[in-house]
Amino acid sequence: MKEFAYLRPTRIHDALTAAAGRDDVRYLAGGTNLVDLMKDEVYRPAVLVDVRHLPLDGVRDAPDGGLVIGATTTNSDVAAHPHVRLRYPALSQAILAGASGQLRNMATVAGNLLQRTRCGYFADPSQPCNKRAPGSGCPAIAGEHHNHAILDWSEHCAATHASDMAVALAAFDAVVHYETLDGPGIVTLADLYLPPGTTPDRETTLPAGALITAVALPGAAASRRSRYRKVRERASYAFATVSAAASLDVRDGRVHDVRIALGGVAARPWRARHAEAVLAQQAATTEHFRAAARAELEAARPLRGNAYKVALAENLITAVLDDLAASHDGSAAPYDTQEGSR
Amino acid sequence: MKIPAPQHSGAVGVARPRLEAPDKVAGKARYAADAAVPGSAFGYVVTAPVARGRVRHIDSEAVRGMPGVVGVLDHRNAPRLNPEAGNFFGPDGSLRLLQDDAIPYAGRPVALVVAETFEQARTAAAALRIDYATATHDTGFAADHPSARPASTAFGPDAEIGDVEAELAASAVIVDERYRTPEQHGAAMEPHSATAWWEDGRLQVLDCNQGPFTMAMTLAVLLRLDPAQVRIRAEHVGGGFGSKSMLGPHLVLAAMATTVLDRPVRVTLTRAQVFQTVAMRPATEQRLRIGADTDGRLRALHHEAAFAGSPIAEYVENCPEPSKVLYAAPAIRTRLTTVPLDILPPYSVRGPGLTPGSFALESAMDEVAERLGMDPVDVRLRNEPAAGPVTGLPFRGRNLAACLHEGARRFAWHTRDHRPRRRREGGLLIGTGMAATCFSTGALPSSATITAETDGTYTVAIGASDIGTGARTALTAIAADALDVGPERIRLRIADSDLGLAWAAGGSRGTTSWAWAITMAAAELRAAAPATRPFTVSADTSEAFAALPYAERHAYSAVFTQVAVDPATGEIRVRRLLGVFAVGRIVNPLLARSQAVGGLITGLSTALHEDGTRDRVTGRNANPDFAGYHIAAHADVPGIEAHFVPDHDPDDPSGIKGIGEIGTVGTAAAIANAVWHATGTRQRTLPLRLDRVLEPGRTEGDLPVR
Repeated sequence: MKEFAYLRPTRIHDALTAAAGRDDVRYLAGGTNLVDLMKDEVYRPAVLVDVRHLPLDGVRDAPDGGLVIGATTTNSDVAAHPHVRLRYPALSQAILAGASGQLRNMATVAGNLLQRTRCGYFADPSQPCNKRAPGSGCPAIAGEHHNHAILDWSEHCAATHASDMAVALAAFDAVVHYETLDGPGIVTLADLYLPPGTTPDRETTLPAGALITAVALPGAAASRRSRYRKVRERASYAFATVSAAASLDVRDGRVHDVRIALGGVAARPWRARHAEAVLAQQAATTEHFRAAARAELEAARPLRGNAYKVALAENLITAVLDDLAASHDGSAAPYDTQEGSR
Repeated sequence: MKIPAPQHSGAVGVARPRLEAPDKVAGKARYAADAAVPGSAFGYVVTAPVARGRVRHIDSEAVRGMPGVVGVLDHRNAPRLNPEAGNFFGPDGSLRLLQDDAIPYAGRPVALVVAETFEQARTAAAALRIDYATATHDTGFAADHPSARPASTAFGPDAEIGDVEAELAASAVIVDERYRTPEQHGAAMEPHSATAWWEDGRLQVLDCNQGPFTMAMTLAVLLRLDPAQVRIRAEHVGGGFGSKSMLGPHLVLAAMATTVLDRPVRVTLTRAQVFQTVAMRPATEQRLRIGADTDGRLRALHHEAAFAGSPIAEYVENCPEPSKVLYAAPAIRTRLTTVPLDILPPYSVRGPGLTPGSFALESAMDEVAERLGMDPVDVRLRNEPAAGPVTGLPFRGRNLAACLHEGARRFAWHTRDHRPRRRREGGLLIGTGMAATCFSTGALPSSATITAETDGTYTVAIGASDIGTGARTALTAIAADALDVGPERIRLRIADSDLGLAWAAGGSRGTTSWAWAITMAAAELRAAAPATRPFTVSADTSEAFAALPYAERHAYSAVFTQVAVDPATGEIRVRRLLGVFAVGRIVNPLLARSQAVGGLITGLSTALHEDGTRDRVTGRNANPDFAGYHIAAHADVPGIEAHFVPDHDPDDPSGIKGIGEIGTVGTAAAIANAVWHATGTRQRTLPLRLDRVLEPGRTEGDLPVR
């Protein structure tokens, strides 16, 4: 690991100043991803700016009935927050489905959003990777890509975004707040991440040196009836193969409001807007749920070794919406919030 | 000599926790990479990223001036090694590191950068520029690969009894299927580390391995030293699973570096390097042909197995072993084929041979039961042999039937509806399955020294190895009973090659081999009835071992399991896992149960998770860490039941058999058979990945149950 300087500012302005105009400075929050990448020499920063002493911790109610989550709030604290659990159960479930208890105690909301892909080629500097070394190539497309993207990948990169939390945030139309030396800004979660295109090294639309300060969740009645389901190769402590966050509001047997987002299928949390549009005002039936899932996945372009993800995503969307619909009419047992129970 | 029966003081058979457990829990136990060795430099291994080719140039001069760098070893300045050095199967090219510019597999160490600190060595290693000439490689394993050839007969010849084709033709049902298993890694928690230095003309090594004596002998040959010049110690070892049963690259490189640099050198592998440079179990492809009569009696058993190998070292993944042991049949044929590829030479990993072999055989036996409409337990009981099915030799303690009966009783197997896909819980399909298996047991030559001390205690010295299983604790009890004293009067010294000839913690033969030597030394000491103390005796079991009659010696198990399968996602969760074992006399019920439970869990991982993958373009290991190479997490592990039936080996002075690997080997087939029972679809490829199990277009709402 290369030697680096370590700063621990207590004012946001000082953190922004330290990072301004430099590409060898990185913000350090929980460090659960960053430090690993430094050990592997994927990152070789000259300066780490520890943001955990900035006043960015905590969850507070927003006037619209939503929540504002400070950027350095730990994943564990968000998942356990009573208002999160009550109003956005899928968010709590998504966080608890990720990583391990120890990691969630360290990892923060902003760090979670900005974590890097777990593509094995990205993490190995002896290998080509357009995301790590632009122009060097993408070995995953011809090589090992069992858990890579099926949607919106490019010939330059087929990596997926690793976050569970961001999938739920995408379903809830979360808004990311950030600060720069030029003043504050906001960007919706949907617009935060860039498709890989020809520049997979560029992952977000944040301005250079920007510091995420908070994530805001709009108030929405439908979010209370939401769930997150993560499919993975073992019962816990594994990244999603495919995951789904959804909320469903059914009135008179018809879909009044539905939000669906997928994880493990693209370089960003995948908001399934096409499926949502197909379902609008339709009868809340398994057949319609499946038809909507199929409509969303028409755009899927699986690689040689991950076509199963298309069938899995279709089944998963259908199953999650079925569960939510069943919980509506009270005919089914309440869905579980425990990870790894099945 | 005739061994007098010991007067048991009663330590054997008593549940006692591991003697070193308090030290481990308190962090006092020092593992190989923990112990401070004054003046140590640290080596960082540089590995080849290409699967075949040669080193064109290494710019070592450029890094010699970097901070802290002490030296760089490569093929131009490394000591010359003995090409005759090898392992159990013969000369082993994976030991001959830094001897030439050839790269026979990806991950081959090509240089060692040594610096004052590990971090400095790593930084310099990352800066070391190496040019490679790349050649076309072949890492794609298939049984019908053109380079396939008969495997070594190190474990005995292929079986050929009766007329397989005629018996198949006369059979009422025939199963003819292929089964595949992937590369699997030892995946021990402790990464490999060795520290080597010269002291008074002797090479001293602190290592983590499964047998210091065998390692020292191999290292002496490799370095062309007198065996008396090499001392290897491995006091605490954080898991082995076979991955520490051979001389590791870390140790070879540390020994060479200290020789060149004239100061202690520690080499510790990173997690990725453990995956890339330490031998793994090879991928296998097996074909089973079984013919049976309508009453379940087998007529023919034909087991062909191919496994991936390397042209630079021989190895045998002895998959057909259970087909030579478990069932009687008038015709049995086994064939064993190796496919040399551009991969790291494979070596024994937990339950070698039997783990993939039993998966294939016991899956096929379940298919026989399915086609006959019979209870799979009954099919196995119907084919219980009176003597070795191939050898005709007598069995020493054959208690497979007892395992099957006891397991079926505890699992309430008689309530099972044997038809598949009949049970639902919401969207989940529920099934049960079982498998039987065996694992070869016995002892190998070892020696022990016991000193009767003046204070009434006994110092028992044996070159045993405790890789976390509790060997230290078990051998203390063995010694106590053999000396007819309480275990508190035993001072056990192990894990040091200076303690003399001793077999390793491997092949399920550690405890039996060591216990025999201790028992023999204790008997000699008691027979001598020394009038003065201290008084020392040594014993060597080599002659007793040579005099042992040929026999079929095995441990047995029956594994029963229940699984839940979500056909919409392909997720499999094991809900119950029960193993009943015949492993000879139990030395320590607490540790034996721990070993069996651990074995069942690793078997669960083999069934559901472990999947060593290779990049098809580069031939490199594609998942060299625990985020990519999965083993079971806590949430995957259900309540596990492990039970033992009365058993003993009449030829062993303590009546014990090996318990090391029998816990693992039967599990994968039991789980695969349960998945068939749940879903109605056979899974013949490990692991039972969700993409192999999921049913497109299915969720609970439209889930058909036949």
